Amino acid sequence: MTNGAPRSSPGPAAASSGLTAPATLDRKVVAGAVVLALAGAVAPVLPAYPLTLLTQAVIVAVLAMSLDVLLGYTGLPSLGHAAYFGIAAYTVGILATERQTGLAGCLVAALLLATATAAVFGFLAIRATGTYFLMITLALGMVVWGLAFRWVSMTKGDNGIAGVPRPELGLPWSLAAPLPFFYFALLAAALAWAAMGVLVRSPFGLGLKGIRESESRMRALGYNVWLHKYLAFVISGFFAAFAGVLWAYYNGFVGPVDVQLVTSVETLLMVALGGPGTLAGPALGAAAIVFLKNFVSVYTKRWLLILGAVYIGVILFAPRGVLGAFSREPHSAR
Amino acid sequence: MDDVTLAVRAGERRALIGPNGAGKTTLFNLISGELSASAGSITLFGRDVTRAAAHRRAALGLARTFQITNVFPSLTVLENCLLAVQALSPVKLAMHRSLGRYPVLHTHARATLEAVGLADRAGAVVKHLSHGEQRQLEIALALAGRPRVLLLDEPTAGLSPAESQMMAGLIKRLDPAMTVLVIEHDMDIALEIVRHVTVLHYGRVIADGTREDVRANPLVREIYLGA
Amino acid sequence: MSAEFWITQAFNGISYGALLFLLASGLSLIFGVMRIVNLAHGSYFMLGGYVGLSVVWRTGSFLAALVAGAVAIALIGIGMERLFLRRLPGQTLGQVLMTVGFALMFQDVALLVWGGDPYTIPVPAALQGIVTAGTLRFPAYRIFIIVVAVLIGVGLWVVLDRTRVGAMIRAAVDDREMAQGVGIRVPVVSLGVFALGAALAALGGVIGGGFLGVYPGADFEVLPYAFVVVIVGGLGSLPGAMVGSLLVGLLDNFGKALFPELSYFTLFAPMALILALRPTGLFGRA
Repeated sequence: MTNGAPRSSPGPAAASSGLTAPATLDRKVVAGAVVLALAGAVAPVLPAYPLTLLTQAVIVAVLAMSLDVLLGYTGLPSLGHAAYFGIAAYTVGILATERQTGLAGCLVAALLLATATAAVFGFLAIRATGTYFLMITLALGMVVWGLAFRWVSMTKGDNGIAGVPRPELGLPWSLAAPLPFFYFALLAAALAWAAMGVLVRSPFGLGLKGIRESESRMRALGYNVWLHKYLAFVISGFFAAFAGVLWAYYNGFVGPVDVQLVTSVETLLMVALGGPGTLAGPALGAAAIVFLKNFVSVYTKRWLLILGAVYIGVILFAPRGVLGAFSREPHSAR
Repeated sequence: MDDVTLAVRAGERRALIGPNGAGKTTLFNLISGELSASAGSITLFGRDVTRAAAHRRAALGLARTFQITNVFPSLTVLENCLLAVQALSPVKLAMHRSLGRYPVLHTHARATLEAVGLADRAGAVVKHLSHGEQRQLEIALALAGRPRVLLLDEPTAGLSPAESQMMAGLIKRLDPAMTVLVIEHDMDIALEIVRHVTVLHYGRVIADGTREDVRANPLVREIYLGA
Repeated sequence: MSAEFWITQAFNGISYGALLFLLASGLSLIFGVMRIVNLAHGSYFMLGGYVGLSVVWRTGSFLAALVAGAVAIALIGIGMERLFLRRLPGQTLGQVLMTVGFALMFQDVALLVWGGDPYTIPVPAALQGIVTAGTLRFPAYRIFIIVVAVLIGVGLWVVLDRTRVGAMIRAAVDDREMAQGVGIRVPVVSLGVFALGAALAALGGVIGGGFLGVYPGADFEVLPYAFVVVIVGGLGSLPGAMVGSLLVGLLDNFGKALFPELSYFTLFAPMALILALRPTGLFGRA
């Protein structure tokens, strides 16, 4: 990842000051690794319920980061991101229950199907900008929700697909137990995080940031802006699908709730809460929302009221997100 | 735009002048592909690019700056420049390695910043730069791709007289092989950096020639110089 | 399939489209003037229905329910616009998240106040009958819905097209800055349009409560329909909302009757197609 950059580059060009300050990036990467290691270390001593929530947070964090690639880095607010997450989850659910397909088969099929859907939807959506993009992705997301809800012979409709078995990996530990599955999810999420981290720091990722800031300038410089946005859309769908696979195994159940509008919007909230364009922020935002939803619902039935207030509070008081409010500003001192 | 014919030879330096609303920026937008022409044709090095997208024209060696500073405000100066440097290479689609692994891009970006006098600001976030520095960056972004044709849209817009002089010097030092078309509001600056001037008025060319010709043209004196 | 089937289904589709028009015309106007994607619009429909229900229970008057529902929800709309949404000019994402926040809160409040059971709003006896034409039978209430929608559609059209207020609204839809520049008080127009849109949705909720019922979750059930209408018709266009409502009403009805398993797909897929061909909808302008 980024920490190798300054050392491996020979010339004076590699002097680090101009890049997004690799020093702080290094710190971010280290901090992220520490958080992951801590999560891994405390997991064995956690009681069952918090461990379940932690697993959930880790998986949803991947979904939030995948949306961040699109929203935070490229500036495209998708309102239909649950579609790719849900298609992958349904694929796993159906294959694992009806065909007893193993992990590899489920993973490949789910990623292929969901990414292909993103490729088609992206084709329809990328032409639009601003609010129209929002509306089109909302509508496309509803196409998928409609299928999940009504295509009963395939999806079991409102009842959803229950009893999705955890995969057997031929390891001494069964993933059916909470702790091994947590480590499985943590490892998968860490891989996804690393892959997305490299992506947003790559030349391609810099291009995405450029598009977020000024499309007309990017065109004038010689970028095919459409292609960049389209690729970001499909890649973002791919990682959302990855989260969807984990989710199906984690939850053991896949239903229309996984693809509905509110799920897409909740993912947007996680990104907004954590700070768009930071990856780590949306991951933390995801964890915060997962814990909030579950803890509040333990103490009160009025958790929707509280969640709604959180939406409004985040927008009014932390419009750039919690991490976003701090990031970048140190540069001004230079 | 109405019946504007402009043939610029390779390596030529030409200024486009004209009062507000004359259509100068519109003409730039048509040439660069930001707007598409409803009629007529645009050729670049003998190639018809009338229907080509903006990024294709850039790939042929056309670069431009914007009258209203159009850079990437929340990225650093170096990142801005790197975006411009990688724009015309296939590297821009590389997503498997971090940008730090491409030292050639950095060398080139720093050299470009050096050329416009921004090297010591490489790490600064653009929105914290002064207006003058942002105008310098505007030019740096256009130069980074080593264009063969450069369109400068009011490079001195909003600059102090001293900064304008610096900018004029910068433009005069550009590679002589580069074709430069500059829109300039300030007649003195325009006549300092170019030899050939085209005057636009309400979307039409009303005068075209060397600076001496244009200065002497009575129509130009009347509507533009206000003499 | 018999002609009777087609006629009955078409009638049902048109009457459902009429209901959707009440919901979507407001959403479309709000979007047109303020560029706000209001995800709480379905909540206005649901809350309108609940308020109407309570008023019918107290007073027994359907008319009072219509008025009370519309007024109460208009006030909620005014509060939302004035106190919250106005702070987020041009922040599409912020507006979306904020309106979702309100939608969730409204959902919970409705559950708290009216409980989780579904209700049907009792309609006046005069509207309960069946109108027969030969072998065809049409419920009077559905005819009533169509009549109301036509009256409101004509009313909106007259206001928008023939009055000073309408001219101001249209100016604000076309170009906000320009309208502001020529002295139109755009914030006031916005507030008015927002209130009107909310009231229309609530009206739809009360009327819809007479045959679809009032129940938790109705908000997010109708919201997609309203969005499809607006997207298909074109944002901010009244004729677009009319055509879109009819199209969606018919597509939904025939889709459910002919391909029950794919019924949402038959609704959303044509919309995606229209969008791909005309990103601004049938009547919309960029």
